[in-house]
Amino acid sequence: MSTAETTWISGPVLRARPDGAFRLRESVTVGDQALLGEVIRIARDEITVQLYEDTSGLRPGIEVTGSGRLLSIRLGPAILAGIFDGLLRPIADIADPYVKPGMQVQAARRFHFTPSVCVGDPLMPGAAIGEVANGTGIAQRCLVPADLPGGRVTAIADAGEYPDDQPICWIDAADGRHLAVAMTHAWPVRVPRPVQARLPSDEPMLTGQRVIDCLFPVARGGTGAIPGGFGTGKTVLLETVGKWCNADVIVYVGCGERGNEMAGLLAEFSELEDPRSGRPLLERTVVIANTSNMPVSAREASIYTGITVAEYFRDQGMNVTLMADSTSRWAEALREVSGRLGELPGEAGYPAYLSSRLADFYERAARVRTLGGETGSVTLLGAVSPPSGDFSEPVTTHTRRYVGSLWGLDAKRAQARFYPAIHPLQSYSLVAGNLARWWHNTGCTRWQELRRRFLTLLEDEARLERMARIIGRDAMPARQRLVLICAQLINECFLRQSAYSMNDRYASPSRQAVMMRLIGSFIEGSERLLDAGVAPEAIRDQPVFRRLMRMGEEIEEGDWEAFSALDQELTATIRRLLNEAREGGEE
Amino acid sequence: MTYARLVGEEIANRAEGPLLFLSRSLDVGLNEAVEVEGADGSVRLGRIAALDEDSITVEMLDDTAGLTLQGTRVRFFGEPLRFHVGPGLLGRVFNGIGKPLDGGPPLAAEHAYRVDGLPIKPTAREAPSEFLETGFTSIDLMNSLVRGQKLPLFSGGGLPHDRIAVDIACNARLPGDTQEAEGFAIVFAGIGIPHDSAEFFREEMEKSGALARTVLFLNLASDSSAQRLLAPRFALTAAEYLAFIEGMHVLVILTDLTNYCEALREVSASRGEVPSRKGYPGYMYSDLATLYERAGRIRGKPGSVTQIPILTMPNDDITHPIPDLTGYITEGQIVLDRDLHRRDIYPPIRLLPSLSRLMKDGIGKGRTHADHPALAAQLYASYSQAQQTRVLAGVVGEDGLSDDDRKLLLFGDDFEQKLIHQGVDARALEESMAAGWSALRGLPAGELHRLDDRQIREHLLDRATRREPVS
Repeated sequence: MSTAETTWISGPVLRARPDGAFRLRESVTVGDQALLGEVIRIARDEITVQLYEDTSGLRPGIEVTGSGRLLSIRLGPAILAGIFDGLLRPIADIADPYVKPGMQVQAARRFHFTPSVCVGDPLMPGAAIGEVANGTGIAQRCLVPADLPGGRVTAIADAGEYPDDQPICWIDAADGRHLAVAMTHAWPVRVPRPVQARLPSDEPMLTGQRVIDCLFPVARGGTGAIPGGFGTGKTVLLETVGKWCNADVIVYVGCGERGNEMAGLLAEFSELEDPRSGRPLLERTVVIANTSNMPVSAREASIYTGITVAEYFRDQGMNVTLMADSTSRWAEALREVSGRLGELPGEAGYPAYLSSRLADFYERAARVRTLGGETGSVTLLGAVSPPSGDFSEPVTTHTRRYVGSLWGLDAKRAQARFYPAIHPLQSYSLVAGNLARWWHNTGCTRWQELRRRFLTLLEDEARLERMARIIGRDAMPARQRLVLICAQLINECFLRQSAYSMNDRYASPSRQAVMMRLIGSFIEGSERLLDAGVAPEAIRDQPVFRRLMRMGEEIEEGDWEAFSALDQELTATIRRLLNEAREGGEE
Repeated sequence: MTYARLVGEEIANRAEGPLLFLSRSLDVGLNEAVEVEGADGSVRLGRIAALDEDSITVEMLDDTAGLTLQGTRVRFFGEPLRFHVGPGLLGRVFNGIGKPLDGGPPLAAEHAYRVDGLPIKPTAREAPSEFLETGFTSIDLMNSLVRGQKLPLFSGGGLPHDRIAVDIACNARLPGDTQEAEGFAIVFAGIGIPHDSAEFFREEMEKSGALARTVLFLNLASDSSAQRLLAPRFALTAAEYLAFIEGMHVLVILTDLTNYCEALREVSASRGEVPSRKGYPGYMYSDLATLYERAGRIRGKPGSVTQIPILTMPNDDITHPIPDLTGYITEGQIVLDRDLHRRDIYPPIRLLPSLSRLMKDGIGKGRTHADHPALAAQLYASYSQAQQTRVLAGVVGEDGLSDDDRKLLLFGDDFEQKLIHQGVDARALEESMAAGWSALRGLPAGELHRLDDRQIREHLLDRATRREPVS
C-alpha cells in the first residue's frame, strides 16, 4: 500500500507528500482513527485528500494510507432494511447516540445461502449463483461481481449459513484465473454497474398519488424532479411516494436534510405496512442518512452510494425507486469542496462541472435487462431546493434538462395548506403518452382523454382567475363561471390528497380511475345543464357537490359501492335539474 | 478551564484581522483551542484553523486590537474548545464564551463538553411529537411547536421580536403535569445584541420570575465577531447538558441569528475565502445546520432541546440567504409582518407564509384535541380565501362582492383582530381553540370543506355546546 505524510490541513481537506503511487479518486484512511477520505488531486510530489469526517486534532506528519481501490462500498444481503451514513457505514447501533469520527464499515454477518448453480455450470459476470435470505421476506440473489470475467463453477457451498464475506463459490475464469465469490462484493460508487441492454419505459411507477399518477406520471426506470422552495412539502411528498409506490425496494437518500425528518421517516416506515406484501415498509427500504450537520464531503458521496445500492438491487431483477432529498444539498457540497480546492467558480459559485455531474446522476436511472438476463429498473426521484424558491437557479435549470417528469411545488398552494402542492401549470411529464396504453389495458379507457380534459380546464382556470381578479367573479359569463367550479372540483377533490388522511393517503389505480370518471361525469353533466339554462351556482349548491368534493376523504379504498352510489346520486341530480329546467322553460 | 498542555513563547509571526500566524514549533492538532496572552497580560481565546509543516493559523475569538507579536505567549489546550458545566446552571448569566457575568461563583465543572457538539445519529433520534405551549394562538393553534423542534421566528428591523422572545420565555409551558414531573428550562442567548436589549431581557425575566428557570447568555454588539460565532454554541451546550444529563425539557431562544451570519461573513472574508451568495460563505448552510440540528430528542433519554431562533430579515426579504438557508434547515418558520404591526396587532404574525412542519405529529387526538388539526386546516383555508377576497375587493370595491365574499372579508378582519391579536395576555390552547371556532361561525357551513359534518354540527351549529368566544 502506498502511504503519504500530511503536510497541510484545513477543514476537511489535507495535502500530503506521497511515498508510492496514488490513484485519482482512490480511497484512503488517515491516522490512527482511520478516518475515511478520497484522493481528489494528484501531483508528483503532493496529493490532495478530501476527508469524510470531522478532522479535529489532525496535524502535519500524520500518515495517509492508500487502499489501492477507488472509493467503494460493499454490496451484500446486509444492506436491505438497513440504515447507513453516506459511505454505507451502519448507524443503527445507538448505544452511542452521536456520530463520531472513525466509524467502521459493516462487520460480517451470517446469512442463509441456497445455491442455484452446480459444479461445472458456466457463469457469466453478473449471473446469480444462489439465493440469500435476510429475514425480510424479500429473496435476494447472490451475484457474480460484474467486474469479474465469466467462467465455470469448480466448487459451490451447500445450502446453509455462512458469513457474508467468506467465499461460497469458486470459479475457473475464462482468463485462467481461479476466483472466489462471496455473498458480498465491493463496487466503486462512481462507476455505473454494467447491464446487457436498456429497455423502453412503458410501465408507470405508481405512487398512489392522483396528481402524479394521473396527470404527471413517471415511468419505471424514469426520472422525476421535485423543485420547491422551503415549506412546500418536498420531503413529505417524497416520503409519501416512498410509502405507497409499487417498487420492490426503496432507497431513500437523506442528503443534507433534517435529522428529525429522518427520525420521523424511520419511525413511520417501521410501523407502516407495505400495501402489497403486508410486511413492515422498512423491510423493503434502505435508508442512507447524511443529515445537514454530518460531514459535508460525505454528503457529496452519499448520492453515489445510494445509486450504486439501487443498481445492485436492480441487477437482482427488482424494480427500485431511489429518492434523493435533496439534490441541491449535494450540489452545495460539490460547491463547498470545489471552493476549498480553489477551483474557478461557475454560475452562482457552483463548479463548472455541476451540469455534467447532474446528467451522470440522472443517466443512471433505467429499465434494463441485467447481465443475468432479468428485467429490473431504477427510477430516480430527486428533490431540488432552489434558493429563495427561484426556479431559474442553476441546479433547477440543469435538472430540468435531464428529467422525464417534473413536479413543480408552488408556495401559494402550500401556504393555503393545499398538499401535495404540485402546481399543474409548472409541472410536466414527457412519458404520459407512453403510459396511456398501460392505463387503457388496466381498464381505464378514457385515461388519456380525461387527463387532457383536466389539464385544459386547469389551464383555463389560471387564465380566468386573472380575469376574475379584475372584473369580479359574478360579472363573468356563466360558462366561464362553470369552468372555475369544475377546476375547483378537480383541485380540491382530485389533486389535493392528504398524506395524513387514513382514507386518502393512498389511491389505487382503480380508485383513481373511478374518481377521474366521476369528475368527468360531473363536468359533462353540468355542461348539459348549462346548455339547458341552469346557473353554475345552482349546480354547485347541490348536496352531491359537497359529497364529490369530499369523496377522497370519505370513501375508503375498495368501497366501490359507495362510489357507484355517488355516481347514481350524481346522475339523478343532473337528471332532476335538467327536468326542472325543461319544465321551467315550458311554463 | 482546563490547564494548558503546551506553551509557546515568541512564536507569533504575523497578525491579520482575526487571524494570527505562528511558527509551528509544537505538535498541535486542528481545531484545538488556544489562549493568547499579550505582553500586557490580556488573555484572548482562539482556535487552530489550519496547519502546515511550518506554521499554525489561529483564528482569534476575541478582539485582536492591541495585540503585539513580541512578548506574546500562546497556550495550547490540546483539545477543542469545551464548556465546563454542572449543577447550578439555572438562573445564571454568562457572556458569549461561558464566563459568568452576574458576579456569581464559577460553575461546579462536573462535565466538559465540546462546544461544537456532535451530530446525533438519525437512528438515535426520537421523532418529536409532544406539544409545547407558547401562549400565542398563532403558534399554539395554527403552527404548533413540539418538543425537539426548531421553529425560527423571521422578523425585521423595528418589529417587536424582542418582546415576543421575552413573552415566550416567560409564558412557555408544558401541558398538564409534565412540567412539574420532568422539569422545564429556558436557555436564552442574545447574539450580538445592543446593550439596551440585553438589559431589557434581563430585567423582564427577573420581573416575571422566569430568570430562575433560565440560563442567560449575552453576547453584546460590542463583543468580537469570532465570539459571536461561539455564543450560540455555548448556549446549546448548556441546553444539551440540561436536557440529556439532567433530563429537563429545554426551550432555547437564540436572538438574533442575523448578527451571527454577519459575523460568519466577516470572519470568512478575513480568511480570504471565495464568497457565495451576497458575500456569505458557501458553507453557511452547513454551518447553520450545526446549530439548528442540535435541537431534538434522543431515544431513551427523558429530556428535549427545542429551539426558537430569531432572525431579522434584511430589508424584510424572505429570500435573503439568511432566512432562506434557515428555512431549509428548520422545521418551519413563523413570519412577522410589518403591516399587522402597524395596525397594532400583537403578535404581528403573518400566518400564510408561517408553517410548523412537525405540527401534525404533536396535535390531534391524545396530543392536544381531536379536532385541532381540522380546525387549524379550515382556519388556514378560509383565511387564505379571505386574503384573496381582499385583493379582489381592492379592485372591484366591496359593493361588487357577493354575500359570501363579504362574509369572508368580515371573517378575515375578525380573524386578525380576535385570533391573531391577543395583546399581552398568554392564552391556553383551549382558549385559542374556542376563539378559532368562534371566528368560523361567521362563514357559511357549506364552504367549510376541511371540516367533517360532525365537527360542523358540534362546534358551529349546535348552540348548546357553544362556548362564548374569548375576546
